[in-house]
Amino acid sequence: MNDQVIVNHPPSAGPVAQEDLALLNEVAMLTPGESHLEMCIQCGTCGGSCPSASAMDHTPRAIFAMLRAGMRDDVMKSNTPWMCVSCYYCTVRCPQDIHITDVMYTLKNMALKSKMVQDSTASDFSRTFIKYIENYGRSFEIGLAGIQNVTHLRLATRLPNMVPMALGMLIKKGMSPMPPKRIKGMDDLKKILKRAKEMETT
Amino acid sequence: MSDYLFYPGCSMESSAKAYYHSVMSVCKVLDVKLNEIDDWNCCGATEYLSLDLTPAYALIARNLALAEKQANGSNTIVAPCSACYLNLSKADHYMHEDKAFGEKINTALAAGGLHYDPGQLVVRHLLDVVINEVGMDKVKEKVIKPLTGLRVAPYVGCMLPRPDYNKRYSDSEHPYELDDLLKAMGAEVIDFPLKTACCGGHMTQIGPNTAFELIRRLISSADEYKADVLVALCPMCQMNLDAFQGQMNGHFHTNYHIPILFFTQLMGLAFGEKPENLGFGSEFVSAHEAMKRIGIQTPMPEGTKPAPKKPAGLPMPPPRARAGQKVTIGNEEASE
Repeated sequence: MNDQVIVNHPPSAGPVAQEDLALLNEVAMLTPGESHLEMCIQCGTCGGSCPSASAMDHTPRAIFAMLRAGMRDDVMKSNTPWMCVSCYYCTVRCPQDIHITDVMYTLKNMALKSKMVQDSTASDFSRTFIKYIENYGRSFEIGLAGIQNVTHLRLATRLPNMVPMALGMLIKKGMSPMPPKRIKGMDDLKKILKRAKEMETT
Repeated sequence: MSDYLFYPGCSMESSAKAYYHSVMSVCKVLDVKLNEIDDWNCCGATEYLSLDLTPAYALIARNLALAEKQANGSNTIVAPCSACYLNLSKADHYMHEDKAFGEKINTALAAGGLHYDPGQLVVRHLLDVVINEVGMDKVKEKVIKPLTGLRVAPYVGCMLPRPDYNKRYSDSEHPYELDDLLKAMGAEVIDFPLKTACCGGHMTQIGPNTAFELIRRLISSADEYKADVLVALCPMCQMNLDAFQGQMNGHFHTNYHIPILFFTQLMGLAFGEKPENLGFGSEFVSAHEAMKRIGIQTPMPEGTKPAPKKPAGLPMPPPRARAGQKVTIGNEEASE
């Protein structure tokens, strides 16, 4: 019989520095309302509730621990916020009432500004979506899906699916292949968005 | 007759026209007057919030500001799309809760000559208005053709019952409002365990494999419960489950066929409206067979009509073989 005790040492996060909550506070500050982020008790309910956790490199719980540990680069490089589907299961189940989905939005904002995003599939989709809004005031589903499929989803393997999909959208659903009609107040909307962006950078 | 400010959302004009037509038809029967917000803009869905929070909230708040200006007698905005509903109520909620944030968004709005006083408007989803404002008694009165025998999976999705800032729904994971409404239509409503599970959202465009798995869970569960149709109340949910059902089937080598309809389409049928006026026939997974079983003739979706029989003409000569190719006639091989 082998009575040797196997000890699993936890992976080392490097030398333990004095607790520095600057990163955690920054995320909480950038999130509208009271995020309660500092209240996390590491229970893991969020990751257990998450429908897309299997596609994430860290569960939300791990991300919150990393924020507390000040592991800025690791968080910015993580795909976790980008895999969030905004289903709010974690938010309503969190025993500490942390606004997890909103924190994920904040982390996406920060990651883009840090230029450390590893896979741009999700952020490019958002950018294309917004480009139509910034030009027309309305979204344009056909153009958006078309551009995303051509640029990111390996056209050759997707093509057999794309053709019936596009035909269905046009014929069955009667969607227009033309961009949407521009809203009347487009100039004012542009001014609003411009000032909002200026405020965000200051 | 009660008046509401109406925020249709972009999908209603493109991918969810069936929803638009059925909403209009149902609201007419229920005496709900919808006044569209003049010159509304896209709510940004979940995409703008991912890029830039301040412009994202300013984009949403422009709609609130326009609606507040237009509010005349009614200060309730009705949105039929769950994502639009959540964005509008989220902006209102955070601008109200976080005063500094509210001022920041208003500074941006001022650049376009607009202003919104947080808390001035009430944002509601159409389901909530039908159940809690119109009331079940009035809805039941209008049912003239009950959907007896139709087994329905009630699918609420994520963004309606969660985070539910104003606590309007019975539960954040198993709300029963949609079940009650469909029962009132005379349908047989299954106790759908995944009624608020995720449809995949934008994952169909970002990580299709994740999306297919989420779609499969919902469709296979509805199939296990022997639902004839699944009912959605959000254009995104309907699109994912309907338009991507074929690709999901291909991905998992399954053969599910669950038609996905909007709750207003079934309400319209129960109110006696013709299926043609309710957007039937625009779904990818045809509801024709399912509705035929309860004696309702709905149009077949375009492009799925059975091909006309080939005219039986004179027998044609066998195809000529191209150089190097073999043509099989019966069991004999012919070559040039």
